Amino acid sequence: MNYFPDEVIEHIFEYVGSHRDRNALSLVCRSWYRIERCTREKVFIGNCYSITPERLIQRFPSLKSLTLKGKPHFADFSLVPHGWGGFVYPWIEALAKGKVGLEELRLKRMVVSDESLELLSRAFPNFKSLVLVSCEEFTTDGLAAIAANCKRLRELDLQENEVDDHKGQWLSCFPDSCTSLVSLNFACLKGEINTGVLERLVARSPNLKSLRLNRSVPLDALQRIVARAPQLVDLGVGSLVHDPAMETFAKLMTTMNKCKSITSLSGFLEVTPRCLTAMYPILPKLTSLNLSYAAGIPGSDLIKLIRHCKKLQRLWIMDSIGDKGLGVVANTCKELQELRVFPSDNIGQHAAVTEKGLVAISMGCPKLHSLLYFCHQMTNAALITVAKNCPNFIRFRLAILDATKPDPDTNQPLDEGFGAIVQSCRRLRRLSLSGQLTDKVFLYIGMYAEQLEMLSIAFAGESDKGMLYVLNGCKKLRKLEIRDCPFGNTALLTDVGKYETMRSLWMSSCEVTVGACKVLAMKMPRLNVEIFNENEPADCEPDDVQKVEKMYLYRTLAGKRKDAPEYVWTL
Amino acid sequence: MEPSIYQSELNLEATELRLGLPGRTNNKRSSPEDRSMSISISKNSSVDSSGPSNATDHDDDDDDHQNSVQPAKVQVVGWPPVRSFRRNSMQQQKQKKDEHNNNNGDGSAMYVKVSMAGAPYLRKIDLNIYNSYSQLLNALQNLFKCSFGEYSEREGYNGSEYAPTYEDKDGDWMLVGDVPWDMFTCSCKRLRIVKGSEAKGLASL
Repeated sequence: MNYFPDEVIEHIFEYVGSHRDRNALSLVCRSWYRIERCTREKVFIGNCYSITPERLIQRFPSLKSLTLKGKPHFADFSLVPHGWGGFVYPWIEALAKGKVGLEELRLKRMVVSDESLELLSRAFPNFKSLVLVSCEEFTTDGLAAIAANCKRLRELDLQENEVDDHKGQWLSCFPDSCTSLVSLNFACLKGEINTGVLERLVARSPNLKSLRLNRSVPLDALQRIVARAPQLVDLGVGSLVHDPAMETFAKLMTTMNKCKSITSLSGFLEVTPRCLTAMYPILPKLTSLNLSYAAGIPGSDLIKLIRHCKKLQRLWIMDSIGDKGLGVVANTCKELQELRVFPSDNIGQHAAVTEKGLVAISMGCPKLHSLLYFCHQMTNAALITVAKNCPNFIRFRLAILDATKPDPDTNQPLDEGFGAIVQSCRRLRRLSLSGQLTDKVFLYIGMYAEQLEMLSIAFAGESDKGMLYVLNGCKKLRKLEIRDCPFGNTALLTDVGKYETMRSLWMSSCEVTVGACKVLAMKMPRLNVEIFNENEPADCEPDDVQKVEKMYLYRTLAGKRKDAPEYVWTL
Repeated sequence: MEPSIYQSELNLEATELRLGLPGRTNNKRSSPEDRSMSISISKNSSVDSSGPSNATDHDDDDDDHQNSVQPAKVQVVGWPPVRSFRRNSMQQQKQKKDEHNNNNGDGSAMYVKVSMAGAPYLRKIDLNIYNSYSQLLNALQNLFKCSFGEYSEREGYNGSEYAPTYEDKDGDWMLVGDVPWDMFTCSCKRLRIVKGSEAKGLASL
């Protein structure tokens, strides 16, 4: 089958970057498998327990960049008890032993100890990029090791991690010889940092394009730092609280005026609304704006700001903008592709968003393809309109604050509305449902959502039929997560082979029993079926008829894992 | 795949659709219509911990009342689905804000005494109804029929007949207008309108 020498095929493969395409190449024939595996530099592992690190290293000797995900998605919402797993240390240890030339490590929802960071910083001389998202257990001591030892560090990106701040001077650990930084994001750190040290670090990093500060960096320091980095493309503001000396504020505005390259703005962890005017010079060029952590900005100020952002493609904002504000977004941001509206804590306050805001957006922003929308209510009519206006949705996530609220106008479930979404958006890959929903919505999903890969369901459905519609219909389904739904053993066991075509299934507070899980585990040896037994004493074997509080199953080539805590039963 | 094999073992009661937290036996539902009614808080039912109800949506009072008393919001773990980092972050910000507020943190009213040199009695105003210094100063000028003139950072209210001052949390008397509005409302314990000549002393410090 090979008419070309290996070198030619290798060269062609260099142009193939995406993981899926690479995976497809490796399945064509044995020699393509061999060539592909030897030339693969980037690997993505969606479930760190699906394969052992040794096996990975064996298959891909040229590995340079590794992405690992640990805990199930619902861990984000406190549904996974502490200590479940997702430890990165064994991976780093194996990579070090295997003398892998690791340059880049991206982790999501994993447990990262300071020891792992220490080892990481010492074992890979070419290490360039560390991205940690929603990880935990490390402290600023671990960061100090990274700063001190990674001589070629380009990127240190910390997103929404729970980091223990040991008040050490981790930033000072970057040696004077470190001049290679391109991206530094420490917005999630809660402690103080030495702004003088930071300024000097920025001053000797001519390639710095992305800088996201934490809450402790005040306005005057922000001004000095940004003044030293006019080449910045992405800025995360720490604190924007006006300090009494008005000159600094005017200085900041002048400095912002000189920033011709900033297209992405975020942060505002502490902000006095009046200070937002300092940002006005850069608003017209922004393509990405994240104000979702800026509590306390009145909707009127948000609206004034948005009017300047005509080029926005991504907007993350709080619901204090209100339906009216979303109308302004719809009129202003014609290039909008991604919108996330988060709930503010204003219980009972007037400014919140409803279906009206979403409809306005759908009418004004035809390029919208990704949505996360927390709202007080939704109607079928609105969803049907949105489906008609925006057939290009790839991600559609709706979270109604009252999870089982029906359509307030008709008192009907939202089946028809979501049905319209899946029928119209043929490219939909991710969907999250909420509101009152019967089995009918799942019938629609099974029938129309042909590209659906991830589905999140909560407090929905009436019977096993609902879950079966989805399992039977969605051929490309990879991740299914269900909580508080009346789906039981029949739904779980009707098509057990399906689960090997998926990455994982999560079911909590449903009607599935221990006995059924045991049957499933017996039939499917290449699945790990874990049930969490938080309330029982560890050595007490649960009854077969007992309902399972939480079940997480995933396909794996690694067998039963050895690091599970006491409350996890792998059947 | 024969459900009947273990169906005989099944305790029907165990698989019956229930509404409520694990362990509770007094809530039963049989149809989706029932479920929606029992989850939402209607006027006639009492608030119980049955399901993810958002009590504010079905308040006994008129929904338009912004300051209506909220029945205890029923919390369900993990709903709304906000990442715990974001949730904790918001909670910490709110706690900080509550600490700053004079009142118990609901921010509904912040009454402070206002005295004026030579006036026979004091007044009280709600700082929360103003959003800016200009609004507050206009109100004070109307209330006491006086004028403050123009504020400048360097000169204060130089040249005007009267000037507004306030006592902050530390017990110091400050000129109104120096710090950002939000910082001012957090630290102001009471106001005093002084004669221009007295205020000159403050401004020239």
